[in-house]
Amino acid sequence: MQDLIIEAGRTERQYWRDLWRYRELFMFLAWRDLLVRYKQTIVGATWSIVRPLLMMVVLTVVFGRFAKMPSAGVPYPIFVLCAMIPWQFFAAAVSECGHSLVGNAALISKVYFPRMTIPASSIMTSFVDLMLSGVLLAALMAWYQFLPDLKVMALPLFLLMVFAAALGIGLWISALMVRYRDFRFIVPFLVQFGLYVSPVGFASDIVPAEWRTLYALNPMVGVIDGFRWSLLGGATTWHWPSFLVSLGVVLLILVSGIKYFRHTERTFADVI
Amino acid sequence: MSDAIITFEKLSKRYIISHQRAKGDGFRHVVESALRRPWRWLRGAEDGPAANQEEFWALRHVDLTIQQGEVVGIVGRNGAGKSTLLKILSRITEPTEGRIHLRGRTASLLEVGTGFHPELTGRENIYLNGAVLGMSRLEIRRKFDEIVSFAEIDRFLDTPVKRYSSGMYVRLAFAVAAHLEPEILVVDEVLAVGDATFQRKCLDKMDDAGKAGRTVLFVSHNMQAVTRLSSRCVLLEKGEITLDGPPHKVASAYLNAGAMGSAVQEWEPSNAPGDDVVRFHAVRIRSEAGTVVDLIDIRQAVGIEFDYQVMKPGYIFHPHFLLRNEDGVTLFVSIDLDPEWSGRRRPPGRYVSTGWIPGNFLAEGAMWVGAHLMTLAPEKWRCGVPDVVMFRVVDPLEAKDTARGDYTRPLLGVMRPLLRWTTKTHDVEHAAPVTR
Repeated sequence: MQDLIIEAGRTERQYWRDLWRYRELFMFLAWRDLLVRYKQTIVGATWSIVRPLLMMVVLTVVFGRFAKMPSAGVPYPIFVLCAMIPWQFFAAAVSECGHSLVGNAALISKVYFPRMTIPASSIMTSFVDLMLSGVLLAALMAWYQFLPDLKVMALPLFLLMVFAAALGIGLWISALMVRYRDFRFIVPFLVQFGLYVSPVGFASDIVPAEWRTLYALNPMVGVIDGFRWSLLGGATTWHWPSFLVSLGVVLLILVSGIKYFRHTERTFADVI
Repeated sequence: MSDAIITFEKLSKRYIISHQRAKGDGFRHVVESALRRPWRWLRGAEDGPAANQEEFWALRHVDLTIQQGEVVGIVGRNGAGKSTLLKILSRITEPTEGRIHLRGRTASLLEVGTGFHPELTGRENIYLNGAVLGMSRLEIRRKFDEIVSFAEIDRFLDTPVKRYSSGMYVRLAFAVAAHLEPEILVVDEVLAVGDATFQRKCLDKMDDAGKAGRTVLFVSHNMQAVTRLSSRCVLLEKGEITLDGPPHKVASAYLNAGAMGSAVQEWEPSNAPGDDVVRFHAVRIRSEAGTVVDLIDIRQAVGIEFDYQVMKPGYIFHPHFLLRNEDGVTLFVSIDLDPEWSGRRRPPGRYVSTGWIPGNFLAEGAMWVGAHLMTLAPEKWRCGVPDVVMFRVVDPLEAKDTARGDYTRPLLGVMRPLLRWTTKTHDVEHAAPVTR
């Protein structure tokens, strides 16, 4: 027999246990988002490959051909795609995550479960896209006969980092959007803007050395540098200060995001 | 009290209502205060309520103990706190004070089809909805066939539910919910959906749940369902429990509760509608017994009473009223044709005229009365107020002598007259005895 006591502030104490108990719901929600994603489309999941491919072509042409940016001796398409994989994941995850609570308002006002299940599961679709882009990258590397070295072992670490960054910002935005729909307009802007201030189309070495640490306040700088460093077999240099700054920012965003989410979560059903 | 499966202790829920866009809640204000004291803000230290906010207690000190196997119906007017109670019980929102102690797996059903996704097929939605309601994947797989046959949708299992008819949709949604097997089931007004046969099936299913020793808590406006299903009934009024007992007693108390609020409108001479000829004192709804009521049994006649002062002699008066139902349909107009005063000039004085609407004539629901005073010769509309008083017609549970007879589901139509029916027979072998 399960005993349960409901009183003000009580959910706090059972929260993490509940989050674990509802892991199946997490999987189901992620599964739903994936299923629904390409319903009534003609080419379906191919879109997950086509989008990064086209984006890569555009960035290669603009930054590699026209602007003739340096790419550390790596073929420009590979150089760009290494950055685009984490960036597109981040951009998509933040915007999916941000809209997730409002998009599931019906669930929130009618059923109980730890609310963090929703933004967390919404990231999973973007994660599947990331895997598919990974396949694209592998194909591209095979085409150019480019082989990463052992540094690729560090990749999961950077994956974790981009996950944390996306979840942190996603939690902030999703919780804020419940109350302030202003964020519906802020998010697309943020994502678009972010593409230009993150080293996606170019290498971060082009930033003057004295500014580089400051530049890393944008957490995606550390993430993208990390991806390039581990995938491109040492073609790019490792810059500790900027990595640590980015990592610090990511952790700060994640911890504060969880805190803020937990704090506002109790009133979601009343406000949404 | 060792058998108590649910215990409410002094449960209260407060909402803060902002009358205007509250200053303390604007985005700019929040950003400002967050920038000023980021950590304090994150921890959730809140400023006091702003001046233009008001407290509202949706529930106040609710104490209730429910034993295992009881089926408890919760009734009350809109805004009495029923839904808030269920929401707290389902952990969707937290109480402000007090606590609930639940001993057993709880499933709540505040809406059928929560989490259904229109793009997904029936099959996919069964799994999704089951998960939302707290079933495990194994459990759903085990009951899958049963759910499908209960919903009667076998042929459409792989069709997206957006192509379902609304009946199929509801059947599927309820079928999933009906196969939950919790120890405590919390249900909100789900009986108001689906067609008659399916509703019957749902009622039976809930009945089974109660018989299987499950504890059920449900809210309904359907008094028939409440009395049929529950073993105990609780009346909520303004967030407090005002009555707790056998269902038929509570239900009839609820139906007869004569809140005088809108069944009567009285005026001071200074602000009464009128002109120099005539002026209103009051408009009232009266039962045949003569009391002012706002709830009328469908079998009873209801009187629309005009209380007015005639100040100038020499006029022929025609009070008349206009009856609207809650959908805004004007049902009819009735003009005072009392033979005693018809065509007769009235001397000054106070008059009380009442128009009687017969029993078994109006349909169920809220009725709005517009009261007007008109004079003939010269013909002139003197004064009147649209929708000045209101009453509600109820078709009570135990009544068989109404237009619905033994039929228990909602009836269509803006009127519900009890008509005389006749039957002629030809070549009938032999009539079976009356079965009731």
